[in-house]
Amino acid sequence: MSIFVDENTKVVYQGLTGSQGSYYGLLNRDYGTQVVAGTHPTKAGTDVDGVPIFANVAEAVEATGATASCIFIPAPGVRGAVAEAAQGGVKFIVAITEGVPAHDEIYFYNALKRDYPDVLLLGPNCPGIISPGRCNIGITAGHIAKPGGPVGIVSRSGTLTYQALYELKQKDVGVTTCVGIGGDPVPGTSFIDCLRAFQDDPETLAVMMIGEIGGSAEEEAAEFIKNHMTKPVAGYIAGVTAPPGKKMGHAGAIVSGGRGTAAAKIEALTDAGVRVGQNPTEAGELMADIVAGL
Amino acid sequence: MDLFEYQGKEFFAEYGMPVSAGEIAFTVPEAVAAAERLGTPVMVKAQVHTGGRGKAGGVKFAADIDAVRQHAGNILGLDIKGHIVGRVWIEKASDIAEEYYASFTLDRSAKKHLGMLSVEGGVEIETVAETNPDAIAKIWIDPIDGLSEATCRDWVAAAKLPEPAVEGTVEVLLKLYRAYSEGDADLVEINPLILTPEGSVHVLDAKVTLDGNSEFRHPDYSQYDATQSRDEREQAAHAKGLQYVGLDGSVGVIANGAGLAMSTVDVVNQVGGNPANFLDIGGGANADVMAGALEVINNDPAVKAIFINIFGGITRGEEIASGILEAMKRVEIDSPIVIRLDGTNANQGRAILEPHLTDKLMMQPTMLDAARRVVELAS
Repeated sequence: MSIFVDENTKVVYQGLTGSQGSYYGLLNRDYGTQVVAGTHPTKAGTDVDGVPIFANVAEAVEATGATASCIFIPAPGVRGAVAEAAQGGVKFIVAITEGVPAHDEIYFYNALKRDYPDVLLLGPNCPGIISPGRCNIGITAGHIAKPGGPVGIVSRSGTLTYQALYELKQKDVGVTTCVGIGGDPVPGTSFIDCLRAFQDDPETLAVMMIGEIGGSAEEEAAEFIKNHMTKPVAGYIAGVTAPPGKKMGHAGAIVSGGRGTAAAKIEALTDAGVRVGQNPTEAGELMADIVAGL
Repeated sequence: MDLFEYQGKEFFAEYGMPVSAGEIAFTVPEAVAAAERLGTPVMVKAQVHTGGRGKAGGVKFAADIDAVRQHAGNILGLDIKGHIVGRVWIEKASDIAEEYYASFTLDRSAKKHLGMLSVEGGVEIETVAETNPDAIAKIWIDPIDGLSEATCRDWVAAAKLPEPAVEGTVEVLLKLYRAYSEGDADLVEINPLILTPEGSVHVLDAKVTLDGNSEFRHPDYSQYDATQSRDEREQAAHAKGLQYVGLDGSVGVIANGAGLAMSTVDVVNQVGGNPANFLDIGGGANADVMAGALEVINNDPAVKAIFINIFGGITRGEEIASGILEAMKRVEIDSPIVIRLDGTNANQGRAILEPHLTDKLMMQPTMLDAARRVVELAS
């Protein structure tokens, strides 16, 4: 099993007609993802390499039975696109777009919780989700992941996620699902959402968690791991030496007023029994070590 | 993006908040002329993107023009926590009966807006939070509901503000929330918010951080771009659209992806080196971006060696290797470069680089090996 997506997930791409949308949308299809539709307000009736375009998500869902959407719309349109996807009836929304204003994110986060509590949003500013061999939604290079499990991965960083997938593949360790929750201040899906799902997934036997400076999501995750997880967790936190007050590439990666430091996160995770690596390679080795002992 | 106090006050004034009349001055004669127009007494206030101005001698009361001349002379050029004062704000002095604190910011953990109000103003809120946390009244606001007047009144009551300050404070807070939400701010803070002896509530200081991602809604925010606190290197990188943060070491760092770039800086530190910068060139790592990145790093005189750390995802190793070689043709590099290339088609990429390897261009198989080599070269 996998979490959030599987081989039956049917995906509509909002922005499939754009350059990024068509590039990654078709790569996802090549990987084996069921890419069933795209949307564009004025291009309904056309297609992108055989994938039909509809005027909006509701029409795409009606015609194709899409269950998930993937957003490749520029930042100004993301708030509207998330609302359209939820209204259109999909239950899982992946927003890849970077640069969405924080006030928009916090607005649609709360709007979904209130009006569509059964809809899960992943992102924005995330690489997406891959269940190796079954489904890949977003911008992850599919072939760097080994299918099959027993490891689940959750990460705030794109390239460090790829690095983790790759290191595990080199060590012949498979992955059930790899979720990139993204580097923004208000991610739709949290570490805890993913940890809970991995804990409940019978195929996932261990979890790798990659965090970074800023906010307190890792500390909250540590609390959850301590109290609710029986499966072993290995981790890595980027930004140990980041200077305070500076955004390190991601909108959410900032140490401010002494809060959000890597040291505090590493301490909280270690305290919760997580084996934290000093660098991504060491974290991969720790994970492989855990898997070997299962 | 961070606003200077005076920019913050102009921003607040657009939302109808009561701020003092004032003028910005870059020189002593400008400060004197401003004070003459405003009429003494005035405050002379250093404009820098950091707190603790008062303690550093950056905020002075001037009873007359001579005092303005003296204080402006002392404050302009002052070093406040590494920020050199380049401009002072000359403002009509206010009589203060009481000082309060008010702010709105995003609570990442609660995923709501957080409002904080305190009768203990004029000191850092972190200090109040430690010494007298009960003196801070907090409210969490659902962005869909916004802040209603009724909720705002309850909040002010909870903060135990004295009766004469209540009406004025409610009015300021409602406007402050509008400025925060409609203005796409990460933070709006008034410290102190004052009650004058005449009983009016007034904004005496302004700290505002705006969300750069919201510029498409606020084209006028581009005016703040020029007043961000950036060193020369950061300015050059910013002009090229690169995600760059200046550090004070000797190892230039280029990586693709924010997480990997942070991680690279960490690993250089772990093996005993000092990074000169954080630089994320994004996922694609093409020749144009790489050339721009190398140029910025090469112009940093502190850089003694360069670490290029690339992980190929969808962009394949051979494309990345060709991009690096192409970029190196365009920029003449002074320092030795150590490359670590991994991920998709890493072997093909390495094969492309192989014939070009010299004592100025090296390759290492892992991130740690590369970090050790580059630190050796830099020391």
